[in-house]
Amino acid sequence: MTATSLLAIFLMGAATYATRAGGFWLARRLAPGPFLRAWLEHLPGAVFAALVAPMVAGAGPAGWVAAGAGFATMRLSGQFLLAIAAGLIVYLVARSAGLTGV
Amino acid sequence: VSDDAAPQVMFTGDGAWRGVRAILPMAPGAVAFGLVYGFLAGERGLSAVEIGLTSMLVFAGAAQFLALELWREPLPVVGLVLGVLVINLRHLLMGPALLPWLVHLRPTKAYASLYFMTDETWGVSVAEQRRGGRDAGFLLGAGLGLYVVWVVSTVLGSAAGDLSFLVRDWGLDYLTTAFFVALLAGFWRGRGDALPWLVAGGVAVAAKWSLPGTWYIVLGAVSGSLIGAWRDSR
Repeated sequence: MTATSLLAIFLMGAATYATRAGGFWLARRLAPGPFLRAWLEHLPGAVFAALVAPMVAGAGPAGWVAAGAGFATMRLSGQFLLAIAAGLIVYLVARSAGLTGV
Repeated sequence: VSDDAAPQVMFTGDGAWRGVRAILPMAPGAVAFGLVYGFLAGERGLSAVEIGLTSMLVFAGAAQFLALELWREPLPVVGLVLGVLVINLRHLLMGPALLPWLVHLRPTKAYASLYFMTDETWGVSVAEQRRGGRDAGFLLGAGLGLYVVWVVSTVLGSAAGDLSFLVRDWGLDYLTTAFFVALLAGFWRGRGDALPWLVAGGVAVAAKWSLPGTWYIVLGAVSGSLIGAWRDSR
């Protein structure tokens, strides 16, 4: 371990923490009007959709089928663990059945 | 932010335990990616101490893998820090959703809890909030649970050899996706979500092809939520 690597690791940590704390720090200082409130209302779902859509898109046909199965299981049963298991099992089955490649 | 008529927000050990349990389904994936990260970091020349320190101070999988790509002598310190900053910008959009819990806590507790916020722990926490959960200890518990798993498995990974076949053969590469799909499905509130989600997802997929890092998440999330806000406040 060198002084430079220590400095790099420490600064990477500080930069990461700034992004973790910064959103809350800023939001609690704002007095939101109707538009800002509506925006904050939609933000979590939109972050999620933006996180998930490319993951699923990049997972190939087996991943698409499995995502549909997981999503439907969650909507129908409301059981989080069951939905994860359904997604994973359908993925493994579909992949071993040769459903790969985009 | 007004808190009149808001039910009491608590911060208890019990809530923290429920947070730990909620993040447990993510543990096999975190262990597998932690071991792989540790192995690759060792190959890149990081010592076990450096790996442990990085996991403890950065605690962000995507950012740590990116840093490995850039890690070479002499260390490009500015490039490393900027790369990590950009890939973590999405966190800025996540913090505000935790306002209903954190605004009621002492700043020390709120900012300590945020240290452990990741995509996964944020996701289970917002889901808990929407179920009416009032115990903010949940976020810290979920965060600490994942933190311990990540730090330990990345350090062990440097001694473990190449285990990436585990990720491939056991479908653990898909576990994260299955986890997030289930969370997303639980987020669905009704048809009003369709337009913002479609825009967010569509923009993100398109942007992922054309932009570096995780800009696609920021771009997708901002466009989807702006469309929703514009529609609702018209």
